[in-house]
Amino acid sequence: MENEQDRPQTDLALVEAIKSGDESAFQKLVERYYSSMVRIAALYVRDSAVAEDVTQETWIAVLKGLDKFEGRSSFKTWLFTILTNRAKTRAGREDRYVPLGPGWETEDATGEFDAVSAERFVNDGDWNSAFMPRKWEEFPEDYTASRELRTIIEEALATLPAAQAEVIRLRDIQGWPSDEVCNVLAISETNQRVLLHRARSKVRAALERYFAGEQVDRS
Amino acid sequence: MMTCKEMVELVTLYLEGALLPEDRARFELHMGLCHGCAAYIEQMRQTIYLAGRINEESIPDHVEIDLLNAFREWKSQR
Repeated sequence: MENEQDRPQTDLALVEAIKSGDESAFQKLVERYYSSMVRIAALYVRDSAVAEDVTQETWIAVLKGLDKFEGRSSFKTWLFTILTNRAKTRAGREDRYVPLGPGWETEDATGEFDAVSAERFVNDGDWNSAFMPRKWEEFPEDYTASRELRTIIEEALATLPAAQAEVIRLRDIQGWPSDEVCNVLAISETNQRVLLHRARSKVRAALERYFAGEQVDRS
Repeated sequence: MMTCKEMVELVTLYLEGALLPEDRARFELHMGLCHGCAAYIEQMRQTIYLAGRINEESIPDHVEIDLLNAFREWKSQR
């Protein structure tokens, strides 16, 4: 658990520091959002080089507009509104890009889904005792980003449909609250929960396979 | 009583605090009685915990340099 001193500075504290010319505060704020911005821009422009371009332009626009930002909305909402507006304009200007329509995420949130393969249950919906989930004995209590676990999770994320991947990245990896994820991705609370559920279930399944393998290896 | 198969589909709503009070009570009753579901929900919590410990890739060097230059220019013009 983080203690009081380790807690990262809030966006607003960094914004205030930037206004008074603090370069390291600007770096921190860029680092906090850069990778999310590029991915979200790429949802619109479908090209990672263009997405990086849009992200850079956004930061420059943010600096120019910073004195006008009064904190009525969260900084995050303001930042990503600028980003998505720019990405939409760019996507519309260049024919080969297809802007995201309303309901872009719906496909990833509908259709049949089993969090756990139906084969693991007996007919009335109880666990088949042979396939019951077990405690992850190797789970590291003081886990600090081992390369191996990171790879397992990244590989699982790479198999997810775009909307599911984006929701779990923002919610669980970046730690955003659900209302901000809904705002930035322009999706409903209900769809967000469905997408998050599907994404988490698949990542859990990948981790379960990994931890099961480890236990066999060590026995 | 909810079935285990239903439990694994409700776990996200449970963790999000989005279950109705009576469903929440049924969920927790099942969890208290079923080792498999208790382990499953713990695994979901651990999955979220691990996801939160991943650092996403950092900014490419050339972008960082460009943005710092933009910052310095902005600062000098204020």
